[in-house]
Amino acid sequence: MNLHEYQAKQLLGERGVNVPTGAVCSTAAEVRNFADKAFAAGSRLTVVKSQIHAGGRGKGTFKSGFQGGVKVCKTASESEEKAAAMLGQVLVTKQTGPDGRLVSKLLIEAARDIKKEFYVAVLLDRQTARPVLMASAEGGVDIEEVAEKSPEKILKESIDPAVGLMAYQSRKVAQALGLRGELMTQAVKLFAGLYKTWLDCDAAMIEINPLAIMVENDGKEVLVAVDAKMSLDDNALYRQPKIAAMRDLAEEAALEIEASKFNLNYIKLDGNIACLVNGAGLAMATMDIIQHFGGNPANFLDVGGGASREQVTAAFKIILSDPNVKGIFVNIFGGIMDCNIIATGIVAAVKETGLTLPLVVRLEGNNVLAGKKNLAESGLTLITGDSMADAAQKVVKAVGK
Amino acid sequence: MSILVTPHTKVLVQGITGSFGARHAQLSLEYGTQIVAGVTPGKGGQLFENRVPIFDTVAEAVKQTGATASAIFVPPPFAADAILEGVDAGLELVVCITEGIPVIDMIKVKRAMAGLKTRLIGPNCPGLVTPGTGKDSHGGCRIGIAPGYIHKKGNIGVVSRSGTLTYEAVWQLTSRGVGQSTCVGIGGDPVNGTSHLDVIKMFNDDPETEGIIMIGEIGGSAEEEAAAWIKQYCKKPVAGFIAGSTAPPGRRMGHAGAIVSGGKGTAEAKIAAFKEAGIGVAATPSEMADTLLAMMKRG
Repeated sequence: MNLHEYQAKQLLGERGVNVPTGAVCSTAAEVRNFADKAFAAGSRLTVVKSQIHAGGRGKGTFKSGFQGGVKVCKTASESEEKAAAMLGQVLVTKQTGPDGRLVSKLLIEAARDIKKEFYVAVLLDRQTARPVLMASAEGGVDIEEVAEKSPEKILKESIDPAVGLMAYQSRKVAQALGLRGELMTQAVKLFAGLYKTWLDCDAAMIEINPLAIMVENDGKEVLVAVDAKMSLDDNALYRQPKIAAMRDLAEEAALEIEASKFNLNYIKLDGNIACLVNGAGLAMATMDIIQHFGGNPANFLDVGGGASREQVTAAFKIILSDPNVKGIFVNIFGGIMDCNIIATGIVAAVKETGLTLPLVVRLEGNNVLAGKKNLAESGLTLITGDSMADAAQKVVKAVGK
Repeated sequence: MSILVTPHTKVLVQGITGSFGARHAQLSLEYGTQIVAGVTPGKGGQLFENRVPIFDTVAEAVKQTGATASAIFVPPPFAADAILEGVDAGLELVVCITEGIPVIDMIKVKRAMAGLKTRLIGPNCPGLVTPGTGKDSHGGCRIGIAPGYIHKKGNIGVVSRSGTLTYEAVWQLTSRGVGQSTCVGIGGDPVNGTSHLDVIKMFNDDPETEGIIMIGEIGGSAEEEAAAWIKQYCKKPVAGFIAGSTAPPGRRMGHAGAIVSGGKGTAEAKIAAFKEAGIGVAATPSEMADTLLAMMKRG
């Protein structure tokens, strides 16, 4: 699960990370209200930011033609104007795909001049099975590019989970970033808050990019988390009820939400051959084999080890709601599960959904002969495949016709 | 020999009275596995299926029955505790089947068991099987949830992150009359107890294992690390498959660890590492067994 920038900043701010003063608004009037106060209090700039779960907002374009999902403003009326142009509009960025995302919330913040930008993050290092504090003096840019072109510019400090992030580690990183004196003290506090947020909230990753040195009106320099991105460990949501309640269903695909109600793991793709498989590894491999034989998978769908009749029926309904689907490939390895029970589920689901598209079924495993007989005697026009390869070729051919 | 377990290994089941644990404990008993004890706190003194004694603690179960391995079926919030209880009781092997354990719990568990003798397999894994010599490989050691009957005693080692893809590979072998030494599912989570490489090293040292099937998937770099070692040290033919060539980046494909993030962990990179190491790459998941058998015939 991903969070919005304003939610991440709230969680970070509560744990000692310096975030800009701001407000979440759903109307231009609210934006105006905050901006009036900010300018009256001495701010020279505000920044108005679209809240969607996708990167590239600043360089995005609204379907209305308005350029940019993040705007720096010099007056309260400009803040209000820009907010009015963004709210209720669909923003397309390099990460949203052509459909874009509806902007229904804005974050407005008091802004200052930025002197220098950094990158800092806490995430899991799978190789060491420990969290790692990652930082770079190359902030405000695409960190993946930095990692690829100049990996030496990325600092990594491995964190021992028994003691947590130690202050000396933060000082080491701060020094390497060139932060001295008061700024080093601020960095130590900020990194500690960042790690605490990661740990307290069961985060998968928290990224502050950019972390910036901002210059206040009196010339004082302060470290501020200008942008924040946070994703959570879905396995831990059961013990994070407050954070789980921050889930924004508007940011997720409707079919994927529907699937999750039935404990089905469904991810929509662009192709036209739907797959229904038991087990995540086999489900991925099924997509791969469809592509290998020249087809294009329409989805990832893992019905799990159990695959009850209700689940299979729900799965058929979900894959059939995708208008691109021109054929279905059911691939089940019934290890413990009785193949005949699965076959009964398939027959019931096909009858209930009135399926007319080509259906290729490959069943293997426990009591498979009874299962195949059941399918053969069902009166349904389905194609059976003996192996994964055989079935995949048949479904690619059936859809290609 | 085999690796990790033999048909004589004495196994206890943590969470034997839950529906999931009970069902698979029963199937293991039917397979002929030495399930000698169950552990469910508060139910000590009862019997499972009128024959397997249940204890309140793992330590007591080990003391009374001499069990050396454990299968964990407890729900995710209690799994970290169950693993470390097995470690504390001095078990040689703890196999955690539980899916959905928070990553931070596993980070702490790994830290806490560092340097101790217990080996953890999983979590979020199908477990392992050393096939027996009876009909449908009866009489073997089955710890976890894999279907026992698809196996056949023999000389191929199988290691995989995915359950159903392991069964697929095992079934391809058995259907061709080729048996297995041990089949190990190491699990689909980003932090696990035993890696591909750990298992490959054991297969390499096991005189009974003559060839290896290694199945990987997108996410992390464990397959690349195993491949680099294989290139230098492995004496036996290895064939493999990597699932997830078609998976979109940034999306978790069912398994918590199956995700391409920041351009890392792609199927493309893993397949390249396999090829570089001389590992036979199956073009499709239908050809895992055939790819290995062709290499062994040539070898």
